[in-house]
Amino acid sequence: MAVLNFLNRVFVEGFWKTFCVKWIWQTFCVAWVHDAFYIQFLCKKLKYDKWKGWVYLAPCIALLLVFTVWPIINTVRVSFLEGYDSLAAIGGETFDIGIGNFERVVNAPKFLTCLKNTMLLCVLTVPISTILALLIAVCLNAIKPLQRALQTIFFLPYVTNSIAIGMVFMAMFQMVGSNFGSDNQYIASAGIINNIIGLFGVEPINWVNANSSYGANIAVLTIYIVWNALPFKILILLGGLQSVNKQYYEAAKIDSTPRWRVFTRITVPLLSPMLAYVVITGFIGGFKEYSSIVGIFDAKMGAPGQAGTLNTMVGYIYDAIANTKHGIASAAALILFAIIFVVTMINLYVSKKKTHY
Amino acid sequence: MKVELQNLTKIFPSRNKKSGEEVVAVNNFTFTIPDGKLVGLLGPSGCGKSTTLYMISGLQQPTSGKIFFGEEDVTELSPENRGIGLVFQNYALYPHMTVRQNILFPLQNLRGKDKMTKQQMLDRAYEAAKLVQIDGLMDRKPNELSGGQQQRVAIARALVKMPRVLLLDEPLSNLDARLRLQTREEIRRIQKETGITTIFVTHDQEEAMSISDIIVVMKLGVVQQIGKPQEIYDDPINLFVAKFLGTPPINVLSGYVKDEKLYIGDAEIMTVNGVDDRDVTVAIRPEGFNLEENGPLVCALSNVEVMGRDVSIVSRHESSLNPVLRSIINADNKIDITAETVSFSLKPHKVFLFDAETEERIYFEV
Repeated sequence: MAVLNFLNRVFVEGFWKTFCVKWIWQTFCVAWVHDAFYIQFLCKKLKYDKWKGWVYLAPCIALLLVFTVWPIINTVRVSFLEGYDSLAAIGGETFDIGIGNFERVVNAPKFLTCLKNTMLLCVLTVPISTILALLIAVCLNAIKPLQRALQTIFFLPYVTNSIAIGMVFMAMFQMVGSNFGSDNQYIASAGIINNIIGLFGVEPINWVNANSSYGANIAVLTIYIVWNALPFKILILLGGLQSVNKQYYEAAKIDSTPRWRVFTRITVPLLSPMLAYVVITGFIGGFKEYSSIVGIFDAKMGAPGQAGTLNTMVGYIYDAIANTKHGIASAAALILFAIIFVVTMINLYVSKKKTHY
Repeated sequence: MKVELQNLTKIFPSRNKKSGEEVVAVNNFTFTIPDGKLVGLLGPSGCGKSTTLYMISGLQQPTSGKIFFGEEDVTELSPENRGIGLVFQNYALYPHMTVRQNILFPLQNLRGKDKMTKQQMLDRAYEAAKLVQIDGLMDRKPNELSGGQQQRVAIARALVKMPRVLLLDEPLSNLDARLRLQTREEIRRIQKETGITTIFVTHDQEEAMSISDIIVVMKLGVVQQIGKPQEIYDDPINLFVAKFLGTPPINVLSGYVKDEKLYIGDAEIMTVNGVDDRDVTVAIRPEGFNLEENGPLVCALSNVEVMGRDVSIVSRHESSLNPVLRSIINADNKIDITAETVSFSLKPHKVFLFDAETEERIYFEV
């Protein structure tokens, strides 16, 4: 109750309003007024160098306050307002304070589906992409000719629009067949993946079309997300590998260390800071997964006729905003934040024990 | 283990393909290092001493020539099969492992009949650590150690698998002056105790002189002179070796020989029997000067530095090829610091003559 009392005072009595408005207003003044000439003048007059940095930063801070800090504060505020409606709020309506939004989010079956999908994709894609990226980085680092060219090729997905890649993936996993699904009949104009596995005598699999199975959907998503996540991870790990002192390897060689042992006892520990970074950012990115599903399955977040089955946490938040349920969206966003926070803390805790800096 | 190098040559291909200029890092190096000796490879940077060391280690392949450990030809053998211990210039200790793990690492790689039990390994690691006196630091990480301690760990790691040959690449260059003195004594002691044939690379002549049994002086890939430190110092084969060894460095003057007399400037300095009339380069060790009132070598006195036991007289002579002449005289001698000039006679065995053109040694009799 003490917490609620506090929140009540902060939000309803308008203390926060005065404070924030004043702060934002002052920052804007600083940003607007202090052009180059005035900054110089000010610094000379004040003779305070510590002001200089703040003055230079002011425009940036102003933007951050408006577009990052304020939305965060506002999200927290809105999430605790029962039945919040932005239009009504502009009209001057006031709302009760409570945790009803959180309760509704947690109890919504849709949200639980989203949570399950997000978790599943995280757990699948982060380890797979990290291990693959590590192997590719080590291989790339070992070859001398064409290293640059290959590096560029591996980096290409990173600079390509993820929706575009998603559409290509959709085409690749396509199974075109008018009768498909009713009597398992299949017409041969399938996507490239089904054609390839067909060469090995495997029956075509319904990856992304109507009546496709959840497992097949998740498999496609996993492949797509892993492939999309690889470039950044390879880049980071390759950078780490290239900064490892070559003499460790020479020393290991002289001590007749088997290759596998060199990898596990020297390469991986020396890369551990980069690995930790890649895993942590991977989990954070995984929890924010959204555009990949849109890319492959459309904004309905599911195979045709199965809308919402592949929805994620971010998708849930977007849906809530689209339905002007800002209170629900804010509460879901805070829950997502809490999950990411906890997972990151666990990651940091584990990596602190295992990481050598 | 005796180490034999036969016509060892290393040529690095040119980086610039157009000019096609190859770099001969080591040229035709032939030498046998006797068993159990401490050998110093000495030379200025770029003389090929490290390349020689890396060829012995197997990390670099010679372009031609052969390397023998004892009777075994190891030229084609990869480094892991040569049974060497190598201490890198910056030690290359694995930063994520403790001292104990670092020292254990080579032992854990042993396979087949050499495989040891855990306890044996720990015992061996402890033994090696004790030898280099770091047995109290076994649970530290390398970054928690001083430079000298890291150096010892590196030596322990190299020694723990009982290498046939121990190689040290500029072992003291990362240490401060005081630690350097101490550590070089340590290296000497450890080498004596283990009796392992040890080869180390250095550009510091003092370091090489003080601990080596044998010094190899190199220049631009070519071996100049091989011998015991004192022999090389007392009997340099050419001007390069004479200049490279000794602190303060040797004094070099231009002069000429006429009627078996050595002249510097117009002054007749000393008799040099058995030398034809020719232009020569005269090199005089700093300790080769005697103060003598009417001595033949008259120099302009510029400074006297008192060092306690000795005094160092800094003077100038117009024939000197160095900016100043530096001579070290016993402090018992009385020197008039206010005098304009100072006169010396020379100790003949501290004076070396070299051909002015080829810089090769010219031997003479007094």
